[in-house]
Amino acid sequence: MKARVIVTLKSGVLDPQGKAIEGALASLGVEGVGGVRQGKVFDIELDGADRALAETRLRTACEKLLANTVIENFEIEIQSP
Amino acid sequence: MRAAVIVFPGSNREGDMARALRQATGREPDLVWHSQTELPSGTDLVVLPGGFSYGDYLRCGAIAGRAAIMDAVRAHAARGGLTLGVCNGFQILCEGGLLPGVLMRNANLRFVCRMQHLRVERADTAFTRNYRQGQTIEVAIAHGEGNYEADDETIARLEGEGLVAFRYCDPLGRVGGEANPNGSRNDIAGIYSERRNVLGLMPHPENLIDPLVGGIDGRGLFESLAAA
Repeated sequence: MKARVIVTLKSGVLDPQGKAIEGALASLGVEGVGGVRQGKVFDIELDGADRALAETRLRTACEKLLANTVIENFEIEIQSP
Repeated sequence: MRAAVIVFPGSNREGDMARALRQATGREPDLVWHSQTELPSGTDLVVLPGGFSYGDYLRCGAIAGRAAIMDAVRAHAARGGLTLGVCNGFQILCEGGLLPGVLMRNANLRFVCRMQHLRVERADTAFTRNYRQGQTIEVAIAHGEGNYEADDETIARLEGEGLVAFRYCDPLGRVGGEANPNGSRNDIAGIYSERRNVLGLMPHPENLIDPLVGGIDGRGLFESLAAA
């Protein structure tokens, strides 16, 4: 089973990297960019075909390691059955 | 004072730390590999040194914070055992749940490597008895992720309970502006746990223990610990 975990900074947390990217886009002439927030994507292969179990495992993975919940939110997408 | 310095893949300040501990305590610290599950018996002080554990992969200190030895470190701290984390060690303490908050990318996005003044916020802890309250000391900093952040409630608690250990300041002890090298909230350079037996700080006192390298302001911390 394939899954994707998306980790993003919580709103209100300063993101200096996102700000630098925003500045770089402006200097490259990419117009109309109102803001950039940088996050992380994890593509994960899981054993078995039980979606509920996969969801539970991924939630544990996020809470234990993939996200620092002080500053980050996570989303889990299970992509194939 | 029996000290144990924990070594992770990518730690690189354990030698400096061992030298500072040896000088102050007269005793060779134990070096403990991260995959161990127990501290040497009789360990009084656990030290997490600086470096780039696990190459800073995922988040600085995130993987080391969950290493096998960290259960023993958490148990040591929970018993009231003295625990010190410097630079990457501070990041590991935060990621490992021993201290609140997080060290984010420096606000100016630059790795800062320079001498830095700090204000000693209190001189009544096991780590700072050999300093004076409000004393300004000069030590080295070298980090890319030292920007201390926590939610408003946590910051208010740290301030209210006197858990800020050191603040970045100028040579006259004034905080704010250019004296803050990384954007840390409230100019925080180091914090204590609730019982003040755990200290995490970004600066490197272990590198200022010998007049040969330009100063000995770091000695006070190790001499305080040696006497604790």
